[in-house]
Amino acid sequence: MLRRPMPSLVPDRLAEHDSDPIVACEGVAKRYGDRLAVDHIDLAVPAGLCFGLLGPNGAGKTTMLRMIYGATPPSAGIVRVFGLDVTQHTRRVRMRLGVTLQENALVEVLSAVENLRIFARYHRLPRVTSERRIEELLDFLELRSHATLPVRALSGGFQRRVAIAVSLIHRPELLILDEPTTGLDPAVRLALWERIRELRSAGTTVLLTTHYMDEAQRLCDRLAILSAGRVVADGSPAALIRQHLAAQALELTLPAGEDARVLAEIRDVRTLRMGRRLVLFADDATALLETLRERGRTGDPSAVVVRPANLEDVFLALTGTALEGDA
Amino acid sequence: MSVSRYALSVWWRNLALYRRTWKLNLLPNFFEPLLYLVSIGIGVGAYVNEMAGMSYVAFLAPGLVAVAAMNGASFEVTYNAFVRMNFEKTYAAMLTTPIQPDDVLAGEILWAMTRSFLYGGCFWIVIAAVGLAPLPASLLALPLIPLTGLLFAALGITFSLRIPSIDLFSFYFTLFLTPLFLFSDVFFPLQERLSGGWLWIAEVLPLLHPVRLMRHAFRGEWSPILVWDLAYVIGLSALLLVLAARATRRRLAA
Repeated sequence: MLRRPMPSLVPDRLAEHDSDPIVACEGVAKRYGDRLAVDHIDLAVPAGLCFGLLGPNGAGKTTMLRMIYGATPPSAGIVRVFGLDVTQHTRRVRMRLGVTLQENALVEVLSAVENLRIFARYHRLPRVTSERRIEELLDFLELRSHATLPVRALSGGFQRRVAIAVSLIHRPELLILDEPTTGLDPAVRLALWERIRELRSAGTTVLLTTHYMDEAQRLCDRLAILSAGRVVADGSPAALIRQHLAAQALELTLPAGEDARVLAEIRDVRTLRMGRRLVLFADDATALLETLRERGRTGDPSAVVVRPANLEDVFLALTGTALEGDA
Repeated sequence: MSVSRYALSVWWRNLALYRRTWKLNLLPNFFEPLLYLVSIGIGVGAYVNEMAGMSYVAFLAPGLVAVAAMNGASFEVTYNAFVRMNFEKTYAAMLTTPIQPDDVLAGEILWAMTRSFLYGGCFWIVIAAVGLAPLPASLLALPLIPLTGLLFAALGITFSLRIPSIDLFSFYFTLFLTPLFLFSDVFFPLQERLSGGWLWIAEVLPLLHPVRLMRHAFRGEWSPILVWDLAYVIGLSALLLVLAARATRRRLAA
């Protein structure tokens, strides 16, 4: 297992000014017929960070990414990557970024090495350079043992690694990952997160979409939560939790009609309904639990849980289940 | 259009895949002409003393080279291109790299021409081996093979870019390419079977022109009508490719 970032993974060109964002979107919108898939989004991805776009299916995450790498032009607004207008300088921008699509677009009858060669051709890399980088990537993503088998004979986890490898063939300064770990088992996800962290520490800016909250919380330095084509919140995972909920969560199991009775005389608590469970957010959930116990309002006592509030709570509060309490 | 050297990357990708499967792909290319020549040329030909002043099998040979070129190009830009575009997401992956939609189109057309050359070339070799391709005149047929491929690549991709479902290709093959195969001077000389007015209408048929060029090349003859044939092939290809470039951009960059 490879444990240290390889010097060769450092992008050929780092952004000239670290303070300038790698990706800057201003008032970006995308319209498909009557549907506004992306609704005037402002977004800045700082250099050297791992930035996550979160949102339910259909929130506009993939469309946003496609505009960022210039696969489709925005209907309004401007997308700048490396300071360049993507619509005007599509080729120049794409020479410096790599994209792993949601679906592995690999040639399935060919091997990992052959697929890497194809992507090296897409970037018109000189033969010597591409062979060297293929060797590096086989080590980095631990593909060597499966390097010459047809991709279709590989497991889902290996196929995903090949798909990520091909998007790194030209040492991009910006790596875009569209749902990198969807459908993979926990061990493979952990391994991929480690690789993504290594790339980031070597200087690559990472922009990813996910709807796994644990992935976003553990991997991303900054997040933007998208809902119906808009950014509804952004910031670091910890700041989002602090800002939108509270440090701790108290989960109770209660019939849906009893919320008002339980919450009577309790102030400054935000709540979230998830089916039979009522979640209350407070900076000191234990104290809140004591108060409720004294009043005998905890529902089934064996099902009470006190835990730290997490991103999943924020996400549900902002995009799905209605957030109640004092806003 | 802004075709660049990146079109060659698209072409190379198809070649890399073809190199894995060429042995399986190429062998039928040698058998198909033999089957036609034996069945129709020799079997049916036994009942035909001569056609247009030559043995029937000799009449048939050049037309079948054009048909091989047509088929070689057509499969690439129909089923294969449709799968790459809609199922395998090959083009979506290309558009994450410096490759642009115009390069994708140009690369695919170039590859279809390559396939048509392999297909038609095999056919030509078989025909030459059995003495049906008079040398050196029929060498002129060789550059006509990818030219025929260009025309049918342009026609096929135009269709592929417009249809919503892969099932519709059966219409293209059964109701477009098969009638062309049967009524484009390949099996019988149209001008001997059609009256004047109809003869002009037959000039619309795309396969007629490559077949006529091919047949003249085999005989080493020149005729002024070949100018019209060449103009038709190049002109229609160019027109369709301009429209296809627009459709490709719309489809891939939506």
